[in-house]
Amino acid sequence: MHEMSLMESVVEIACETAVSHGAKGIRVIRLDVGRLSHADPDALLFCYDAIRRGSLAEEAALEINRIAGEGWCLDCEKTVPLEERFGACPECGRSRVQMTAGDELKIRDLEVI
Amino acid sequence: MCTVCGCGTDPVIDDGTENGAGGHKHDHHHHDHEHEHEHEHEHGHDHDHGDHHDHHDHDHVHHEDGATHYGKGIAGVHVPGMSQEKIIQVERDILSKNDRLAAANRAHLAQRGIFALNFVSSPGSGKTTLLARMIRELKERMEITVIEGDQQTSNDAMRIREAGARAVQINTGKGCHLDAHMVGHAIETLEPAENSVLFIENVGNLVCPAAFDLGEAHKVVVLSVTEGEDKPLKYPDMFAAADIMVLNKSDLLPHLDFNTGLCIANAMRVNPKLQTFIVSARTGEGMEALYAWLEASAARRAAAAKVA
Repeated sequence: MHEMSLMESVVEIACETAVSHGAKGIRVIRLDVGRLSHADPDALLFCYDAIRRGSLAEEAALEINRIAGEGWCLDCEKTVPLEERFGACPECGRSRVQMTAGDELKIRDLEVI
Repeated sequence: MCTVCGCGTDPVIDDGTENGAGGHKHDHHHHDHEHEHEHEHEHGHDHDHGDHHDHHDHDHVHHEDGATHYGKGIAGVHVPGMSQEKIIQVERDILSKNDRLAAANRAHLAQRGIFALNFVSSPGSGKTTLLARMIRELKERMEITVIEGDQQTSNDAMRIREAGARAVQINTGKGCHLDAHMVGHAIETLEPAENSVLFIENVGNLVCPAAFDLGEAHKVVVLSVTEGEDKPLKYPDMFAAADIMVLNKSDLLPHLDFNTGLCIANAMRVNPKLQTFIVSARTGEGMEALYAWLEASAARRAAAAKVA
């Protein structure tokens, strides 16, 4: 359940950013969470509910933008979709694939009041 | 928030001294606040004086020359019907705070020539037994200190102290991992000597500690042969984050159907650069290879600090 720590960090960064921009409250927090990252979006939402109470983000919706996994296959010499972090290339079946997307764990933007 | 008691961000640190043992040290709550102010200073007057000025909500910037710019807001765009101050681009990694503290730990350790290893594993893989043996056999050759992470109890720190090393215990309470903030405070408490070796024994958990950089030189994943060859495939994040794998309890191999080659092959699939040591912390088999690596790496770290 390291999602709890991740969401504490999200709420902290969001509130600090909102305060430094003189906002009175946060309406939406948008995250980029890659499909191959180590965080589970359902767990993030669950933990968010527990953590936002009493903060500037109390009323804020959490939008999680899932980013599909992609990798560069050295054998096919092109970008291929990746279903798992260390998965094989879906076209040639070999494992020489370097992940290029899907590992994101980022706060993209905030909507504030 | 501190998940131990809800008091702040500090975990409980037991440094084995009288004022620390078993007690809460809540006298030093450091909160690092960030000050990334991005105020618009292009207009000479501020419109945000309170509620009575709310009708005067500007989403554009007045310049001295009279030009009005609608693209100078925080979002850098003008969206009809939406005041642009309402979107703030953040674009920051969720773990950026931890990563910054980890970088500070790493710089502090590097400067003092301290070689730090972060030991991670599932519970019961034999981390503490491994560390205790290393301390007993190496304490004449190098100075070792230990940071022990567990949810509860100081048992592991006591085992380490009995083996002959200074240790501090961090109890994470409900926490499932150590983070760079806790470790930074533990380093302050422990004050490892220059050119020494620091072992950080993380909370027994093959998932969460993978995400949190503590400022260590290497993550060392300890896997015992009673756990099954497919662990590296089941928990790839941890094996990808580690540089070293220690395959422990090798004395039990004759009694098991464990395929060592297959286990290493699985680990190499998720991390082709992973280096493996096969040891038994109980009998001492294979430990010399690990010691040779440790001594060489620590000496290199100490030499690098001297040059810098």
